[in-house]
Amino acid sequence: MSDAAFLDHGTGPGCRDVRQERGQREVFCGLTSIVWMHRKIQDAFFLVVGSRTCAHLVQSAAGVMIFAEPRFATAIIDERDLAGLADLDDELDRVVGRLVERRPDIRLLFLVGSCPSEVIKLDLSRAAARLSTRFMPECRVLSYSGSGIETTFTQGEDNCLAGLVHEMPREAAGAAPSLLVVGALADVVEDQFRTLFAGLGIADVRFLPPRQGRSLPAVGAGTRMLLAQPYLAETARLLEGRGARLLPAPFPFGAEGTTAWLRAAAQAFGVDRGRFDAVTGPGRARAQAAVARRGADLAGKRVFFFPDSQLEVPLARFLARECGMEPVEVGTPYLHRQHLAAELDMLPAAARIVEGQDVDLQLDRCRAARPDLTVCGLGLANPLEAEGFATKWSIELLFSPTQGYEQAGDLADLFARPLRRRALLEV
Amino acid sequence: MQLTLWTYEGPPHVGAMRIAASMTGVHYVLHAPQGDTYADLLFTMIERRDSRPPVTYSTFQARDLGGDTAELFKTAARQAYERFRPDVMLVGASCTAELIQDDPGGLARALALPIPVVPLELPAYQKKENWGAAETFLQLVRALAAPGARAERSASVSSRPPSCNILGATALGFRNRDDVPEVRRILERLGIEVRVVAPLGATAADIARLGEADFNVVLYPEIAQRTADWLKRTFGQPMTTVVPIGVGATRDFIAEVKTLAGIDKSFGREQTRLPWYARSVDSTYLTGKRVFVFGDATHAIAAARVASRELGFEVVGLGTYSREFAREVRAAAAGYGIEALITDDYLDVEAHVASLQPELVLGSQMERHIAKRLGIPAAVISAPVHVQDFPARTSPQMGFEGANVLFDTWVHPLMMGLEEHLVTMFRDDFEFGEGRAPSHLGHAPAPAAPAEVQATESPAAAAPAAGSPVPWTLDAEKELRKVPFFVRGKARRNTEAYAGTRGIALITVETLYDAKAHFGR
Repeated sequence: MSDAAFLDHGTGPGCRDVRQERGQREVFCGLTSIVWMHRKIQDAFFLVVGSRTCAHLVQSAAGVMIFAEPRFATAIIDERDLAGLADLDDELDRVVGRLVERRPDIRLLFLVGSCPSEVIKLDLSRAAARLSTRFMPECRVLSYSGSGIETTFTQGEDNCLAGLVHEMPREAAGAAPSLLVVGALADVVEDQFRTLFAGLGIADVRFLPPRQGRSLPAVGAGTRMLLAQPYLAETARLLEGRGARLLPAPFPFGAEGTTAWLRAAAQAFGVDRGRFDAVTGPGRARAQAAVARRGADLAGKRVFFFPDSQLEVPLARFLARECGMEPVEVGTPYLHRQHLAAELDMLPAAARIVEGQDVDLQLDRCRAARPDLTVCGLGLANPLEAEGFATKWSIELLFSPTQGYEQAGDLADLFARPLRRRALLEV
Repeated sequence: MQLTLWTYEGPPHVGAMRIAASMTGVHYVLHAPQGDTYADLLFTMIERRDSRPPVTYSTFQARDLGGDTAELFKTAARQAYERFRPDVMLVGASCTAELIQDDPGGLARALALPIPVVPLELPAYQKKENWGAAETFLQLVRALAAPGARAERSASVSSRPPSCNILGATALGFRNRDDVPEVRRILERLGIEVRVVAPLGATAADIARLGEADFNVVLYPEIAQRTADWLKRTFGQPMTTVVPIGVGATRDFIAEVKTLAGIDKSFGREQTRLPWYARSVDSTYLTGKRVFVFGDATHAIAAARVASRELGFEVVGLGTYSREFAREVRAAAAGYGIEALITDDYLDVEAHVASLQPELVLGSQMERHIAKRLGIPAAVISAPVHVQDFPARTSPQMGFEGANVLFDTWVHPLMMGLEEHLVTMFRDDFEFGEGRAPSHLGHAPAPAAPAEVQATESPAAAAPAAGSPVPWTLDAEKELRKVPFFVRGKARRNTEAYAGTRGIALITVETLYDAKAHFGR
């Protein structure tokens, strides 16, 4: 905990001082990503194999927001399973059978591992293979881990997508280069990017995850991959293993991030500068104007990030460079130095980067720093507000369309609103 | 292994958190992986609490499993003590830590902290949230209740007014926040001194004084019954058995506490409007409305009584997810001539509501959701809680003011008498249309109503409503559509039941009206 070591790494491009902390975390586990993944892949169902806690977690994180019948559920392991009175494989087969019967529209079923299933070493990949044989071709069954002992929050998406990589068809040898955008984006954002890429003349653009789990894009040596999210370490690694080439870029937040992200693709596909400027110019100008409108609320304000989604570094970069904010501390549960290299270079040197968490120590630092805006999870937001800190609850940053030119103003507004609100209230 | 879409209760360690978060000076050190900290948001977001719940998590990760997770726990406990300086510490494991068997109780003992440390054994794969809360409260009381308290009570028995403790209110309890002051007012008006309210708002020192009171008021048996039983055995304190929800139950409660306190003081004028409002003529339309009740045992049993005896509804379904109190709920249901639904499976409840086609659903937020989908009016009477269950205004369920709140909350979603009649008379009026919601609710259940109409038309969807429904002629189906939507389900069911008992193979318009005459009041 607090006496655990924190290490300073050497300096250099993409390799700046990072404080590492080990202690109590206040971060969701990877199961939480089911909340947006089940909306993104519309023919998929997510079955957590875990405890009542897992069911309660997903419900508490999501239940307040979702009123349609969810396409997720929990197979709750009970005493009989643990005591060996019930055969776990049989039990799982029975539960999945009941589920598939109830939801015959499901084409892709994920068995999602949890802390308890990991600890008792329940082999879900084997179970998935067995069940897939039983339910194919109507329904494919895959597995991945969203357990809190292995994943935080957004890493659940990474593991889920990594599970899909194995299933992606192989691109025919010698196929023309194609662009693969990796990471769940709001449908509206995806459509906007598709239009921009078409304008740039990049016709063959694929997205992972696809909106339908049964139509997975092909991957091969011609695949150029652009990460839409900074937390996809495992997925990117596996895609590279299948021949895809990573296009290093900052992430598409704000006018600057979006332009640099699009440029990485444009350069890889040989789009000439004139065309690039012509296609991106209008969106870029709109984004700059929209961000500028919120600028007054944000400029000169100090912001403190608690670790949550791994979006913290790109967001801090956006707030610093386009909104004139001063990031005091940028906490992130995990820092992928390679994928974030461009982002780290753009982050002001004064911003303290902290990987991992010891929440009590971090709260001490936050109180000492007295930032104008604190970005944190749902467990901390109201207590910090009650202490007089303006907060932005970070889950909204994942659940709102924030990437791309047309959302840049909305993104700035998400941070500006808590400050504007405080100014409005007279009681 | 149980397939669960939604759960009524969290795991037992969340129950323990509710006890810790209810009190001051209590800190809970929980051996748990990082994701388990989600539970903080129950308090900070749902209850809008202004401070973090007093819980420290050891936050072990996969890489720690081969190493020393026990050391992590000890470090967490030691640092929690140094930082928060609690008066008493609870230690325990969440579901995952239970599997690695680190024995938080033993580890904490080894730290030799200078405060009482209460180890909690909450079997996560067997028990649930309310049981966890009840067990935690019991263990805290066993550890802290001072044996000398009883002697003090006996010594001062003649010189003091009668006294009691109020037990069971907790953080995240359904309207517990507002029930306690309401019940306290009743007790104080009777001249009974309230010594300790616990767990909500209590300190470790308060728990030590529990034995000083003459008797205990058990507000929520799910949480406090086992503790009250122990206090009775240990300190000889009797306890209340009536939960004062509704006018009748509040009167019974007053009678019971007067007996326990040995006083014969008149309560005086009751600040209640429910009896008159229920008698006023516009309430006539409430008569015999078919109501389905589901929730925790305390609230479900009480709601059924109020619905039946104080509002003149017909209780057609009664159930609970509190398996520990299945016996009590079964007994209550038998009183209404129905069989209780004891289940924690949301899908079972949904199927039950769909088959009963009630006119009002009284349940938790989950039943409200079921009702919304089926186009049935609903009101919330029980946990699991939602941010809306912590209203800014005072809104008790207990006592006379609580009964006033029940009247408003349950009657409000229904269509008012004259409006209901007008809709019946002029159902073809283009502005009424199908599935019109009560006008004062604007758009409320209207969007869901067409789904209900569709459902009744599709044999597959209607299947759960009856075992093997008798087929309808097209004309009979058309005629049924003329019945207002909010009683259409009942008309369909009655007609099918009538046809069934008479061996009619095909339902015609005649059958429909024969059945209407048969069942007509």
